[in-house]
Amino acid sequence: MDNQKDFVLLKGNEAIAKAAIRYGYDGFFGYPITPQSEVLETLAADKPWETTGMVVLQAESELASINMLYGAGCTGKLVFTSSSSPGIALMQEGLSYMAGNELPGVIVSVGRGGPGLGTIQPGQADYYQAVYGGGNGDYNTIVLAPNSVQEMCDCMGKAAELTFKWRMPVIVLSDGMIGQMMEKVELPPYRPRRTDEEIAKQCPWATNGIGLKNRKYNFMSTLEFDPAVMEERNQKMAAKYHQVEAEEVDYELYRVDDDTEYLIVAYGISSRISMKAVDLLRETGVKIGMLRPKTLWPFPNKIISQLSERIKSILCVEQCEGQMINDVRLATEGQATVFHSGRSGGMVSSPMEVVEDFKSMAREKMSNNWPKGYWMK
Amino acid sequence: MKSEKFATAAVYQWVAHTRSSKFFTFSFLTLQLRTMTEEIIISGFGGQGVLSMGKILAYAGIMEGKEVSWMPAYGPEQRGGTANVTVIVSDDMVSSPIVSSYDTAIVLNQPSLEKFEPQVKPGGAIIYDGHSIIQPPKRDDINVYRIDAMEEAARTGNSKVFNMLVLGGYLKVRPIATVEDVVKGLHKALPERHHKLIPMNEEAIRRGMELIKKMN
Repeated sequence: MDNQKDFVLLKGNEAIAKAAIRYGYDGFFGYPITPQSEVLETLAADKPWETTGMVVLQAESELASINMLYGAGCTGKLVFTSSSSPGIALMQEGLSYMAGNELPGVIVSVGRGGPGLGTIQPGQADYYQAVYGGGNGDYNTIVLAPNSVQEMCDCMGKAAELTFKWRMPVIVLSDGMIGQMMEKVELPPYRPRRTDEEIAKQCPWATNGIGLKNRKYNFMSTLEFDPAVMEERNQKMAAKYHQVEAEEVDYELYRVDDDTEYLIVAYGISSRISMKAVDLLRETGVKIGMLRPKTLWPFPNKIISQLSERIKSILCVEQCEGQMINDVRLATEGQATVFHSGRSGGMVSSPMEVVEDFKSMAREKMSNNWPKGYWMK
Repeated sequence: MKSEKFATAAVYQWVAHTRSSKFFTFSFLTLQLRTMTEEIIISGFGGQGVLSMGKILAYAGIMEGKEVSWMPAYGPEQRGGTANVTVIVSDDMVSSPIVSSYDTAIVLNQPSLEKFEPQVKPGGAIIYDGHSIIQPPKRDDINVYRIDAMEEAARTGNSKVFNMLVLGGYLKVRPIATVEDVVKGLHKALPERHHKLIPMNEEAIRRGMELIKKMN
């Protein structure tokens, strides 16, 4: 193991696997599915169990892998799984249980077109699945949205940190395109895995039997017969979620300045496409900028609200028929009109299509500005 | 910005052809200070080495200290079906990995030519393999190049260097990376056990540079 920095050309999926080894993950449990199979393939090829001691296991199904994650999370280990849309759908029950027990765990979702088995081409139709959750109960998960291969790599480190800091599952929501494309990546240096003593110190709640002489045994269950106790647990979790919303919001502004008139909001691959669209529109003199949420939950409500005080037309670009658009609408607090742009079902917008959608938005905005009943006079 | 990009590419090309005149060397240097972005589509049959050629080109870009992206058309592909990859090499951060028009299209079969010829930017270039293309490109607002790489590969009895011959031809008309950087890229892209094949590939790149012909 060398500790020097590496500049390599990697696929997004490969970057996730290599980053996990280097960030000192203790285990991976997963089941192959296009377009994220390279995660498992790269882990199998790199054989981290021989170097860092990380466990890599191909489970028999997605249900098994999320429940392995649940079990490992109970012991305070840093573990992750990865899957694509239908696989993540299967994992929702386990995810809800993990959230209920306030357990750490990282879930990488490399989205494809849906619903159902859908296509194997890239898609962003899993915004609701990741942000609002398909599992039952009052829970949230932190959702990170990388938009480049380098960020896929960095997200694994950030997720490892956040999942223990807040004791909640973290979802890295990516898409097939970032998973499959290659870019220049600077991999992080190797970080040793935590020792049992470090885990005991960091996770006094863990059911791992470490240091039992000095403490009471820990018990973990999501089942509670007394609704008053359950409510208390929910309230405690809600208080934590509010704190996360206050502290962990992350976003990036691209070419947004004081005289920006139009705004694009996009995450993941759509933000890369929109970046080019912004460049093309800026060349023609349109004052447009882009906001990219780096965390989808917590959502950057405050900055969108502030911007929509002066920017009245927002184009929400996503590769689905409109999911994040509702969060953007809420965040504007009715101060701006939000329009949708994007393809779905595995098709991906080109920058020119975003430009065309922008133009029709600008036209519509102009027609909306006519006084009501103008044509009647 | 667009026109600058074309100007840079055009001067690059001009200098590559003449390599004389102090005046042009001077303008070459001044223009180079502006940002360069090269958007390339490489398309052909699966098995022709389309994806690996793109990967080697991307690695060469990294060796030049540039930003790169490599976006394959992935899916339920099969041997003999079409394969294509979009490679972007740029001085700035690469924004969108997918684009609707290209600076250069390298087409290695007829369906690819039909699909990508209309998507080449005016002033851009199209490179095709003489053996695989029956009906050559017709556009006159782009530079058309022909390389008989398939024939050369068959003549030397080494069909595996086909894609490196084409890559050599490409680097001749668009010198976005030096042969030395491509070789460095090969060292990174290939596993160690294949490093003994690198001299053969380097030779193929240099041969490809000689083979390419301008058709219009």
